[in-house]
Amino acid sequence: MAARPIEIGQDDIGESLFAVPGIHCAGCISKIENGLANSPGILSARVNMAAKRVAIRHDPTMTPPDLKARIVALGFEAEPLADPGVDLSAAENRTLVRALAVAGFSSMNIMLLSVSVWSGADGATREMFHWLSALIALPTVAYSGQPFFRSAWAALRHGRTNMDVPISIGILLTTIMSLYETATNGPHAWFDGAVMLMFFLLAGRCLDSMMRGRARAGVAALLKQTAPGALVLEADGQSRWTASTALRPGMKMLAAAGERLAADGRVVEGESGLDIAFLTGESAPVRVRRGDMVQAGALNVEAPLTIEVTAAGPDTIIADIARLMEEASQGKSRYVRLADRAARYYAPAVHSLAALSFAGWMIAGAGVHHSLLIAVAVLLITCPCALGLAVPAAQIVACGALMRRGVLVKDGSALERLAEVSEAVFDKTGTLTLGRPIPTNLSSLAAEDRAIILGLARASRHPLSIALRMALEAEGVAPVPLGQLREVAGEGMSGDLDGETVSLGRPRSLINLFGLATEYRRDGHSLLLHFTDELRPDASETLQSLRDMGLKTLIASGDRPEALEDIARQTGTTAIGALRPADKLALIERLKDQGERVLMVGDGLNDGPALAAGHASMAPASASDASQLTADAVFLGDRLAPVAVAVRAARRTVRVVKQNFTIAICYNVLAVPLAIAGKVTPLVAAVAMSLSSLVVITNALRLRRAAK
Amino acid sequence: MTGLSLLIPLALCMGLLGLGAFFWALRSGQFDDTDGAGMRILIDDEDDQG
Repeated sequence: MAARPIEIGQDDIGESLFAVPGIHCAGCISKIENGLANSPGILSARVNMAAKRVAIRHDPTMTPPDLKARIVALGFEAEPLADPGVDLSAAENRTLVRALAVAGFSSMNIMLLSVSVWSGADGATREMFHWLSALIALPTVAYSGQPFFRSAWAALRHGRTNMDVPISIGILLTTIMSLYETATNGPHAWFDGAVMLMFFLLAGRCLDSMMRGRARAGVAALLKQTAPGALVLEADGQSRWTASTALRPGMKMLAAAGERLAADGRVVEGESGLDIAFLTGESAPVRVRRGDMVQAGALNVEAPLTIEVTAAGPDTIIADIARLMEEASQGKSRYVRLADRAARYYAPAVHSLAALSFAGWMIAGAGVHHSLLIAVAVLLITCPCALGLAVPAAQIVACGALMRRGVLVKDGSALERLAEVSEAVFDKTGTLTLGRPIPTNLSSLAAEDRAIILGLARASRHPLSIALRMALEAEGVAPVPLGQLREVAGEGMSGDLDGETVSLGRPRSLINLFGLATEYRRDGHSLLLHFTDELRPDASETLQSLRDMGLKTLIASGDRPEALEDIARQTGTTAIGALRPADKLALIERLKDQGERVLMVGDGLNDGPALAAGHASMAPASASDASQLTADAVFLGDRLAPVAVAVRAARRTVRVVKQNFTIAICYNVLAVPLAIAGKVTPLVAAVAMSLSSLVVITNALRLRRAAK
Repeated sequence: MTGLSLLIPLALCMGLLGLGAFFWALRSGQFDDTDGAGMRILIDDEDDQG
C-alpha cells in the first residue's frame, strides 16, 4: 500500500498525501501518475481513485507546496492532507474483513465435515471429524470472535448489556459444549453453528463499517483541508517549511497566492483577497491588508502575504468551531439506534429463555449435561442474525441507492433519524437558493455589448464575472477579442476595443444597498447589470412534496424579512427572517420542546449550530466545510429534490428494517419451541440460520430502487 | 479411511492457501481502490516505452 511508510531507506524517502477531487477517469490517473513520476525529485505517485487521493514518494527536501505546484502544473486542483497514515475507520474495517475471511474459511470447511456426519458417518470417523472441526473452530472463535468479545466485555464492565453479550455467551457456550461432546464422543457437535453464526454477524458488521467508510470518503473528497504547515521566516531572513503543529504565536509565516493558511494571525505585509468559503460558504474573496486578522484554513487567492501567527493548532478559530459543533452534536450521539433499541428487549429475553429451558429440563430430571445442551440450542437458534445482518444490509442498500442519486448519507443512524423527522427547517441563501449570483437584465443589451461583456468577464475570476460568463456562454454568445485586459482588485476589469476603452467595474453610485450589481461602461455611457440569487429550480415542488409526506416546512434565514417575502410566496412556506445563529439554534430548541423532530437543511457556518442540534440535518455540497462535516447527509447538484428523496428512502428503509424484525420474530416463534423441546439438532440449526438470513437479505435488497 | 487421511489435510491446505492469498491481497492494498483498478486497464502506457 502506497500510504504505508517504506521500511528500507526510510530516511531518504518522504511520503505525502494529497486530496485531488478532480480525478474522474483513467486519463486523469495516467496523467497524474506519469506526469509526477517523470518530474525530478519524485520517485513515484499512486492515485487512489475511490478516495480521490494521490500518494507521492519523493525526495524529503521537497515540501508540500512544491509538490502541490507539480500537481497544479498538470492541471488538477490539489490540497495536501495533514496526516496520511492515520485512518482509524479503515483500520477497523480491515480488522473486520480479516475476521470475516477467517470465519468464512472455517465455516465452509467445518460444514464439509458436518455434512458427512449428518449423512451418517459414525464411530471412529465421526469422532475424527468432530476433532477436526474442533481443530478448525477453536482458533477461529479466538480470532474472529474478538470484535464481539471486546464490545460485550466493554458493555458488561459498565454494567450495561448490548447485542454482543448474548452473541458472545452463545458462541462461547456452544464451543465449550461442543468440545465436551467431542471429548466424550457424543453424537452432536455444534462447531458449524457457532462459526456460521460468527460469519453471518461479521458480514453485517463489515457492511455497516463499509457504508460509513464510503460516505466519509465521499465527503472528505469534497472537503478542503487546512494546510499541514507553512513557510516560516526566520530571524536571519531565511525561510523554512514548518509543520502546523510546530507553529507558535509570534512566528512570521509566508503565504503565497493559492496557499491555505496554517494558523490564525495578523497580516504584517502585503494585501490580498482571502477565500473564506470554509467559514461562510460564500465564494467572493474578502480583502485583507496590513493589520487585519486572518483565520487558519483561509485560501489566499491573489498576492503573497506575510502573517504574524497569533494562534496555532487547537487554539485557532476553526478548531474552536469544530469543538462547538462537537458539543452541539452530543444530543445526536445519545440517539439509540433501532437495532440497539430492539437489543434492549431481545438480549434479556434470550437469556431468560435459555436459563428457563435449562431450569425446566433440570426439574424434569434430564441431568445437567442434557439440560445444558438444550440451553445451548436455544441460545444458538435465537441468536440475532436478523438484527445483526438485516439492519446493516437494508441500510447499505438504501445508502447505495441514495449515493447514485447524489446524496451521501454518513451512517445508518442518520438514515433512521431522517425517517423520523416531522418538520423541515430550511435556510434561505445557498440552500433554497443556489447561493450564487445570476444576472437578471442581460437580455436588454444589444448583441455587440453582450459579446464585449463576455470578452471582459472571461478574463476574470471574480464571482460576478464568472456568473456573467456562465450566463452568456449558455446563450451561445461569442466573445469579442479585447486588447490590454487589466484587472484592478476591488475596481474591476477594463480592456481595449479598437481604441475605445470598455470596462466592467464596481458601481460608482450606491443605488441598491443590498442587491449585487456591476457597472458596464463603454464610450462615456454606463449601464448597471443586476444580479439575483436564484431559487433552486425545483425548490417549490420539493417543499410541496415534503408537505405531502406530512412534514411541516419553515424557512429560517438571517436575511431581512423583506428579502424573504418573494421566496415565502413562491414556496408557500412561512418564513422567519433576521435570525442570528443563536436565534436559529433557539428556534430549533423551541420546536423540539413542542415535540417536533426537526430536519435542518442549511449551508453556511451560521447554520452550523442548528445543523448540529436538529434531529437530522442535510447540507448541499456547496456548503461550508464545517456544515458538511456536521450534516448527516450531503446532497450534490443544483436541485433540492434530493432532500425529499432522502426522507422518502429513509422511511422505506426503516419500514424494511421493521419487516425484517417481524420476520426474525416469526422465525423465533417457530424455532424456539422446537429448541426448548430438545428437537433441534445441529442440522436443523444450520438450515434455520441460513434460511432466515437469506430471507432478510432478500427483503433488504428490495431497497435497491428506494431512491427513485 | 486411508483416502481421507490424505484428502482432508489436502483440502484444508488448499483452503488455507486461499485464505492466505486473500490476506496477502488485503495487506498489499489490492482492495484499497476498487474503482481505480477498473479504470487502469484503459490506460494506454505505450508512450512510456517509447
